[in-house]
Amino acid sequence: MISQQPTQTRPGTVVEFTGVVKEFAGMRALNGFDLTLRAGEFVALLGPSGSGKTTALRVLAGLESTDAGTITIDGVDVSDLSTSKRDMGMVFQSYSLFPHLSAGENVEFGLRMRKIKPAERRRRAAAALAMVGLEDHFDRFAHQLSGGQQQRVALARALVTEPRVLLLDEPLSALDAKVRVQLRDEIRRIQTELGITTLFVTHDQDEALAVADRVAVMRAGNIEQVGTPEELYSRPATPFIADFVGLSNRISGIVRNAQVDVYGTLLPVIDPATPDGPAHVSIRPEDIEFAEAGLAATVIASSFLGSLRRTTVRLADGSTVFLQHGVRVHPVTGESVFLKFSGAPVSTEPVSSTSGVLKPA
Amino acid sequence: MLLFLAVPTLIAIGTGFFDKSGAPTLATVAALGDPVVLTTFFNSFWLSALTAVVGAVVGAIVCYALLGTRPDGPLRTTIDSLSGVLAQFGGVMLAFAFVATIGIQGMVTLYLRDTFGINIFENGVWLYSTPGLILPYIYFQVPLMIITFMPALQALKPQWAEANATLGGSTASYWLRIAFPVLAPSFIGSLLLLFANAFSSYATAAALVSQGSQIVPLQIRAALTSETLLGRENLAGALALGMILVMAVVMVAYSALQSRAARWQR
Repeated sequence: MISQQPTQTRPGTVVEFTGVVKEFAGMRALNGFDLTLRAGEFVALLGPSGSGKTTALRVLAGLESTDAGTITIDGVDVSDLSTSKRDMGMVFQSYSLFPHLSAGENVEFGLRMRKIKPAERRRRAAAALAMVGLEDHFDRFAHQLSGGQQQRVALARALVTEPRVLLLDEPLSALDAKVRVQLRDEIRRIQTELGITTLFVTHDQDEALAVADRVAVMRAGNIEQVGTPEELYSRPATPFIADFVGLSNRISGIVRNAQVDVYGTLLPVIDPATPDGPAHVSIRPEDIEFAEAGLAATVIASSFLGSLRRTTVRLADGSTVFLQHGVRVHPVTGESVFLKFSGAPVSTEPVSSTSGVLKPA
Repeated sequence: MLLFLAVPTLIAIGTGFFDKSGAPTLATVAALGDPVVLTTFFNSFWLSALTAVVGAVVGAIVCYALLGTRPDGPLRTTIDSLSGVLAQFGGVMLAFAFVATIGIQGMVTLYLRDTFGINIFENGVWLYSTPGLILPYIYFQVPLMIITFMPALQALKPQWAEANATLGGSTASYWLRIAFPVLAPSFIGSLLLLFANAFSSYATAAALVSQGSQIVPLQIRAALTSETLLGRENLAGALALGMILVMAVVMVAYSALQSRAARWQR
């Protein structure tokens, strides 16, 4: 079922946002938004709600107009082109299948709009449904399909017309956890097979990191950082990214000569330009370990997470940190333990910096 | 249900088949074939059909216009509550309102006559005959359509229009291929309700029409209370039976349509 390819997407579609501004009743949803999607690339727009990620996708689709800036597809400005002429496939957050049409007729809809002959339409719709593993569901109506199946049909409907760009507006957020992971991986597989340039909006960092070639983290209408999942995780540009992508402890430290003193342990500072003085340090929970001796702490909670365990401890000064470790170690609440820092902080921000105190919404 | 709906219906059907001494007879049912009775049914039918269609179309357009307003805004809530009241406004009050405004001595009639020299009753006093019922009926049909059809229109998902656009569809393809087919069952259902509402309406007509019995409910009144022709109570039963038959036919036609249209519904 996987080998059937109904579409041969034209390779080489490049999408470019340049200085895009969009306001809603005086509020700037996009504030000079810049982003380039390379040909065939899968880019995730990640951010808290209200950060402008859905607006960015909707202006690309033409469902919202722009107030300033340009959007080009393969170098051609599409800012004034209507949605129906932009040649994009879109999957929506809420179930959007036409309820009076069968799954097959839903998939055929875009082909019908392009005046494709009935026999050809049916053949291509069947192939698209086979691509998402629903070849036996051609005649089912939306209410006869599960949420995951409906989103698969929506994906087939979006792809059957061989669009230049695939837009995914939180397509998994209404699904339960297991289906979400399955469909997420399947979207990535199909996207890779077709080589279609894809913009994927999500507020779920696991989703973004798992499927995207690059992740653009948005905040207040602009991109805070764009990079591969690995780059974002290991070298977050700001404390906001360190906090939003992955988990991290915010600990006080003192920077001195490109090193930071955290409770007596000297750790390297990623940005050598960081000025000396007090700083907020972000340390990943997997970079803190239990030790025979070192920083004294008391266990206050420990939770089993399947493949690992997360334990929260209180330090002598009253602050709390959490660490991740193997499930064989089983700390007991109230137990006295020692900690050591085993990895470099992912971010070190001088205390005076205002951005250091901002938290995601 | 049984006591208040089924039993009266069965009694109404039953009375059509018995004479006043209680002996079974088909004579009263045969009276349904009387030309006067047939004309009455015809009047009732076209009056109901016309006001249902006009009410449904106008009501649907008003609903569509209301979609552009904020759901909790003053305009929407005012029209919502006003519709709720006006849909139940039929009866003596409504009849009086029309008599007072466009009756022979009505405010509007006199104003038009004195100011513009327009006589709205130039070709006869139509307000007190069957055509005169059209306007008052529409007056309660439109609000009824608004309260029954608004939820269906509100249930149209904006994503359907957006999906249509991203798939290369136009505004016309959205309405023709998505919105109209999705709304059709609700629209037909509302239309039927409006038809039944008009067909069974009595009080407005009773208050407005004083000469003759042009529609079936007035004919039933005449059969029950006539002082010149006594003992025609069973004809009333037969007329009621006729009304039930008409409604049954409409219901069957509706459910046949519905089962075709609604195979995609839960």
